[in-house]
Amino acid sequence: MKPRVYVARDACALSVGAEAVAQAIVREGTQRGTPIQLVRTGSRGMLWLEPLVEVQTAEGRVAYGPVRPQDVASLFEAQFLQGGRHALGHGLTERIPYFARQQRRTFARVGRTDPLSLDEYVQNGGYMGLRNALQMAPAAAVQTLVDSGLRGRGGAAFPTGIKWRTVLGEAGPHKFVVCNADEGDSGTFSDRMIMEGDPFVLIEGMSIAAVTVGAQQGYVYLRSEYPHAEAVLNQAIAVAHKAGYLGDDLFGSGKSFALEVRRGAGAYICGEETSLLESLEGKRGMVRFRPPLPAVQGLFGKPTVLNNVITFASVPTIFADGAQAYRDFGMGRSRGTLPFQLAGNIRRGGLVELAFGLTLRELLYEFGGGSASGRPIRAVQMGGPLGAYIPESQFDLPLDYEACAAAGAMIGHGGIVAFDDQADLGDMARYAMEFCALESCGKCTPCRIGSTRAVEVIDKIRTGQDAPANVVLLRDLCDTMIAGSLCALGGMAPFPVLSVLQHFPQDFGLTPESAVKTA
Amino acid sequence: MAPDDAVAVAIGLHAQRPGGLLPLLHEVQDRLGYVPPEAVATIAKAMSLSAAEVHGVIRFYHHFRQAPAGRHVVRICLAEACQAMGAQRLLQHARERLGVELHETSADGAVTLEPVYCLGNCACSPAVLVDNDLVGRVDAGRFDEVLALCREDA
Repeated sequence: MKPRVYVARDACALSVGAEAVAQAIVREGTQRGTPIQLVRTGSRGMLWLEPLVEVQTAEGRVAYGPVRPQDVASLFEAQFLQGGRHALGHGLTERIPYFARQQRRTFARVGRTDPLSLDEYVQNGGYMGLRNALQMAPAAAVQTLVDSGLRGRGGAAFPTGIKWRTVLGEAGPHKFVVCNADEGDSGTFSDRMIMEGDPFVLIEGMSIAAVTVGAQQGYVYLRSEYPHAEAVLNQAIAVAHKAGYLGDDLFGSGKSFALEVRRGAGAYICGEETSLLESLEGKRGMVRFRPPLPAVQGLFGKPTVLNNVITFASVPTIFADGAQAYRDFGMGRSRGTLPFQLAGNIRRGGLVELAFGLTLRELLYEFGGGSASGRPIRAVQMGGPLGAYIPESQFDLPLDYEACAAAGAMIGHGGIVAFDDQADLGDMARYAMEFCALESCGKCTPCRIGSTRAVEVIDKIRTGQDAPANVVLLRDLCDTMIAGSLCALGGMAPFPVLSVLQHFPQDFGLTPESAVKTA
Repeated sequence: MAPDDAVAVAIGLHAQRPGGLLPLLHEVQDRLGYVPPEAVATIAKAMSLSAAEVHGVIRFYHHFRQAPAGRHVVRICLAEACQAMGAQRLLQHARERLGVELHETSADGAVTLEPVYCLGNCACSPAVLVDNDLVGRVDAGRFDEVLALCREDA
């Protein structure tokens, strides 16, 4: 048997040279008379080690990384195909503490299997969930989801089962299942990694939604910035169709489900669910008034299950192993696991799937290893560009939806961006409003105009132009945006600004006392 | 492919699909590199929309261009995780190397410089997307290597 070597085909791995490394290994193997069986997988999520090379041994896979093409000859000389010692070696992949300490459920297969092998997917527990769901009455299937405690992983954390129950209760025959794959928040990449690393789990999750609520058509609304994910998803959908896992009469149930990928076009606002629906309908991504909720009048005016990628990808394991098995993870009302993403100025960036309840400090230091620059981590932004900047004094906050909300922070999609003590958070606060102005759909005044005015006011404060009065004005403006905006973009863009005013007033050129003044 | 032909193909493929305008515009831009303003009336007619509606959609989305880009489009991520690792310095370097501002094309026609807000490569930042190829951990040296590749195929 040829020695088996694994190199990720994930966009992140490719971005740091995985393709050249894979080719170099195959070439070197051929030259040395040891032909290699190269397997391309998703990424293990230990992204600081990419390009990561793994070799199958009797004890399990052995990891080497980050590997450059010029390291390949020395790997062969060190007998890496037998798991030999090398300066880049890390021992057994699944014993690397970063990986071993995780609780991988949604990401159980990512990095282990060939993303486009339906056989491997099925051999590793795939499609058990859909088979079980098809045996259940729709109301019982919805109850399973409610009992699991799963909440929307896109950021809003709305109970998924309740959403599905609403759609189930609406009259058919036309209903839709839509996946929000417009993962635009900086610091987040779990959607991308699952779409590239285990696309069938998303397809299965959406299929379970379809057979449960009675929808026949689904769409994945995927951002145009993700060309690799688009290619993998389209191939996976074709494979699933061909094998009868999508299309008519799923598993002899008489139920059918078709799925297609629709590409976005670079508008951050289209991650907002009603704007996404407008975009899917071929229009400008203008936010809709709510009610009606998308579950009642969604795509083309029809009842629509609209969930994030990770939400759908969490569903198959719930139906395969039961609601209780999922519910056993987590704390309080935050049940199950969340794939956290460590990003920005962090030494060991990557994906960490764990039950809710751990602290930011554990993530940043025990997993992340501190900053990439070696300097103190001064702040993190959690939950994307609309999330607050969190100071070191709050790093012991447990990561639970309610606990974070109580502290003025949000978990959102689980993205955590670290900044060291060189970062100017005044710049970042200004950027939050600049970004809001750039990406506002323009429908409501507080967001459209408020964001532009906020940039101007911040500039005045930072250049010392009547700072005390302008602080009052800025706080007033933030208040108007929070209370008066139609959606979360205008409604939350003030949070990063207010958090910098509160925790890092010196970055605005202010004293703590002058930063807190309101009208 | 001539612009008229590309538009005709795109209309044939997508005009009848539900919500087909975005796929149609992508088809045109994938084939031509931009959506010609002259095509708006034809597309509008095929979709039973007003020219204003089609124009409005093209203008709403950052991805759609109304004029051809350079031979390569280099998108520098300016979102938070990349800023935490020096994306602004990288942008400054790119401006100087290319002699352009954002949204402009270098004098040799090789590269159009665009901003982008997150490429999902936030643990290997700063990140850059060159056409459809993602590049991570981009410092000035890496950027210059990428640029050299873009300029090779003149």
